[in-house]
Amino acid sequence: MENKDTQWNLWEVFVQYKAGKAYEHVGNVHAPDAELALQNARDLYARRERLAGMWVVPSEAIVASSATDSESFFDPADDKVYRHPLFYKIPKGVSLDVE
Amino acid sequence: MSNSELLFEYLLRNGDDRVVLGQRMAEWCGKGPIIEEDLALANISLDLIGQSVLFLKYASEVEGKGRDEDALAYFRDERKYKNLLLVEQPNTDFAFTIARQFFYDCYEYYFYTELANSSDETLSAIATKSIKETIYHLRHSSEWMLRLGDGTDLSNAKLQDAVDYLWCYTAEIFEMTELDNALLADGIAVDLNKIKPLWDAKVSEILEKAKIKMPDENTYMIKGGRKGVHTEYLGHLLSEMQILTRSYPGAKW
Repeated sequence: MENKDTQWNLWEVFVQYKAGKAYEHVGNVHAPDAELALQNARDLYARRERLAGMWVVPSEAIVASSATDSESFFDPADDKVYRHPLFYKIPKGVSLDVE
Repeated sequence: MSNSELLFEYLLRNGDDRVVLGQRMAEWCGKGPIIEEDLALANISLDLIGQSVLFLKYASEVEGKGRDEDALAYFRDERKYKNLLLVEQPNTDFAFTIARQFFYDCYEYYFYTELANSSDETLSAIATKSIKETIYHLRHSSEWMLRLGDGTDLSNAKLQDAVDYLWCYTAEIFEMTELDNALLADGIAVDLNKIKPLWDAKVSEILEKAKIKMPDENTYMIKGGRKGVHTEYLGHLLSEMQILTRSYPGAKW
């Protein structure tokens, strides 16, 4: 039997913690339309802390890579070690504590 | 009544409106039509209960008899409650809950807008703090009014029923009692006559957009909440709300 989601459409929620920062994916909500998606997202994800912004995006609008793409997409080029940031020696006195 | 007795009574009215409606909305917890909406209703409930604490805490200070906000909420009987009849009406169904909330949110929004100018600094601070929540509540209930009214035939019929049923409790909201007039003279209370036309305009705008007919203008208006004369529903609500504290006074957990 098909296990169908009987709830409203799914929306992905992204929040911005500070103006100018990147939006981060925090989860999803069900909602019948965009305005209510925003309201539901606010109730679920914005009640505990102060946010600078919020996006909701229909989940079906997300284009995702597939598991079979994994090798060709994501396997680091292990034969080219110089592509890794850790390949380079960091001079003393340079702080790694960057945000 | 002395000035502080008048103020105490005014604070009770406002605290009671919010604690009773907060309790009503809390009844939805775990029973919402969908989990996101369940959460939204519970959030609104918590906001209202939080606001009631502000009013009742201040009431406790003004009274100065050592009754704190919990004592005021849990150890007063039905006849001592001074909330509007509108807020004690049962949830019935989702459309009914939304209509009740919309009428109330709309009032509360204009009420706080005015109360923010109160000569009483504590009241003004409560209004300024609370109105942010109210703006969100009004947005939530207005959006649902539109969706239910302009949704299916069934949702429209249910919302129309709710609006028609609740209409008789809306005049009481704007009744200027002696107490209101006395406190208004000192710049403390809100002039309800001033916010009534704003409420009327907003309500008729949303009803029209929601394709809901305005209720009969000759509807007989029921009042009494501000005098402690309630509908049959408040006693049941209070018994559920108060039983734990009354069964185990001073219980802590």
